[in-house]
Amino acid sequence: MDTHAAYKSRWLPWVLLLPSFVVLLLFLYYPTFETFWLSLFRVAFLGLSKTFVGLENYKELFTNPDYLQIFKNTVIFAFFVVIFSMATGLALSVLANQKVSGWRIYRLLLIWPYALSPAVAGVIFLFMFNPQSGIVNYLLTISLGIAPDWLTNPKLAMALLVFVAVWKNVGYNVVFYIAGLQNLPGEVLEAALIDGATPWQRFWRVTFPLLSPMTFFLLIINTIYAFFEAFPFVDLLTKGGPSNATNILIFNIYRDGFEYYKTGMAAAQSVILFIAVVFLTIMQFRFGEGRVHYGG
Amino acid sequence: MQRKRLQNITVHVLLIISVLVVAAPILLAFIFSTQTPAQIFSYPPRFTLGTAMLENYSIAWNQFHLGMYMKNSFYIAIAVTVGKTVISFMAALALVYFRFPLKGAVFTFILLTLMMPTEIMIVALFELVTKLGWSNSYAALIVPFLASATGTFLFRQQFLQIPTSLVDAAKIDGAGPLRFAWAILLPMSLNVVAAMAVIQFVYMWNQYLWPLIIIHESSRQVVQVGLRMMTSGQDATNWGIVMAGAIIALLPALVVFMLLQEQFSRGFALSQEK
Repeated sequence: MDTHAAYKSRWLPWVLLLPSFVVLLLFLYYPTFETFWLSLFRVAFLGLSKTFVGLENYKELFTNPDYLQIFKNTVIFAFFVVIFSMATGLALSVLANQKVSGWRIYRLLLIWPYALSPAVAGVIFLFMFNPQSGIVNYLLTISLGIAPDWLTNPKLAMALLVFVAVWKNVGYNVVFYIAGLQNLPGEVLEAALIDGATPWQRFWRVTFPLLSPMTFFLLIINTIYAFFEAFPFVDLLTKGGPSNATNILIFNIYRDGFEYYKTGMAAAQSVILFIAVVFLTIMQFRFGEGRVHYGG
Repeated sequence: MQRKRLQNITVHVLLIISVLVVAAPILLAFIFSTQTPAQIFSYPPRFTLGTAMLENYSIAWNQFHLGMYMKNSFYIAIAVTVGKTVISFMAALALVYFRFPLKGAVFTFILLTLMMPTEIMIVALFELVTKLGWSNSYAALIVPFLASATGTFLFRQQFLQIPTSLVDAAKIDGAGPLRFAWAILLPMSLNVVAAMAVIQFVYMWNQYLWPLIIIHESSRQVVQVGLRMMTSGQDATNWGIVMAGAIIALLPALVVFMLLQEQFSRGFALSQEK
C-alpha cells in the first residue's frame, strides 16, 4: 500500500492535511466530547446557570416513563422503517433485475425519491394525509368507506411516519440491491437452474444467502437513517404527538435542547444515540465485508 | 416461449405499477400546485391541472421568499461541495503519495469521524458556533461541513487504483507532488469528483435540522426551512402554494441527481454518506 508513497517532504503532507485536521477537530471531535461533558450538567435559565449533576441526567432518562416511551418509540420506528425499506427495496430490485428491456430507466424511476429532501416529502405527505382535504382519505372513503384521522390516532400517526420514511428511502436500497444482484456469480445461479429449483427456491436458497453481506450493510445504514434522517418527518407531520406517541430520540433532542432549554438532558440523549452509532459501526467493521463498504 | 413472454409482460406491469406508486406523491403535488383553493377543496378532487399555476408559484417564490432561500441554499451547497472536494483531495494526496510518520494514526483520526454525525452533537455545536459569533451567518452552515472521512476515502481508494508507475514516471520527469496532483491525479479522478459533487450537493441542499437551529434571521435561511415556514401558518393554509413551494424546493437537487445519476449509483457503491 505504501508503494504509492513516492514523495517525501517534512512539511507538505501536514500542510495538505491541515484543513481536514482543523475542521474535524473543531467541528466534530470537540463537539462530540463537549456533548459528553454537557450531559453531566443541569443547565437552567437559558444557559446562565450550570450545575454539575454527575449521572443524574442518565438516571432521569432511564427512570422517567416519558423518556422510556421515547426510547420505545425510537426502536419501534427504526424496526419498521428498516424492515419495510429493505424488503421493498429487495423486491423491487429483483423485479428490475429480471432481464427486461429498459431496466436502467426503471432503476432511475425507482430511486429518484432519494434526491428529494425529507422536508419536501414531509410537506407533501402532510397535505396528502390531511383528514379533510387530503387525497388519501378521499381514496379510502370511496373505496373502503373509511376516513381515518391520521394525526390524532397514536398508531396511525406512527404508521404514517414509517410510511413516508420508507417511501423516501426505498430508492437507496434499490441502488445497492441491484448492484448486489448484478455482481452475483452467474455459475451458481445457473447450477441451481439446471438442478430444477423453482424460482422461489432459487431466490431463498441461492440468491438471498449470496446477498447477505449487502443485506447486513444495508441493515446498518438503514438503522442509522431511521435514527437521524427522520427528524423532518416528525417535525413536519406529528411534532411527536399525539401525546408523545411519535416522539423519537432525534426529535426529543431538538425539543429538549432548543425548545425547553434542557441542554443537559438533550446532551445525555445525544450520548445514547452516539453509543448506538458506535455500536453499529463496530458491527459493520467487525462482521461486514469491508469491500462492500468502501468499494473495490 | 409463450410462457416466457407472459412472464415478461407481468414483470413490466409490476414495474410500471411500482414506478407509479413511487412517483404518485410528487405527481399529485405538482397537479395540486396548479390549483386554486376552491379547486383543491372541490369534491371529488380534480386530477387535472388547475388555473392558478403562475400565481401559486410566484407567491411561493416572492411572498414566501423561496427565491431568497434558494439563493442561500445554492451558496452553501456549492461552497461545501467545492470546499469538501478540494480538502478531501488534499488529505488523500497526503495519505497516499507521501511517506511521513504517524500516517496510520492520522488515517484512524479521519476514519473515526465516520461515527460522528452532526445530529448527535447539535447541542454542543450550537454553543460552539454561537461562541464563535457565527449564528445567522453562512459560515455556520458551511465551515462545519467542509471536511469528511467519506470524501477522503473516495479519493484515497481512487488513488490506490492508479498504477504506481505513473507517479514514478512523473518523478523522473521532475514533476513535484503538486504538479503531479494537478496534471495527472485530478484528471484521472474526475469520476470521484462527480460522485462527490452529486452526493454532497444533495446532502447540503436537503439540510434541515442544523439550519433550523442556528439560523434565525430570515435573510440567511435555507430553502428546506423556508418550506417549513410555509406550513406553520396553520389557519387556512393554501395548499396549492405550499405544493408549489415543495416542487420548487425539490427541483435543483433532483436535476443534479438526474444529470449525475450514473456517478451517484457508482459513488454510492463506493461510500456511505452520513
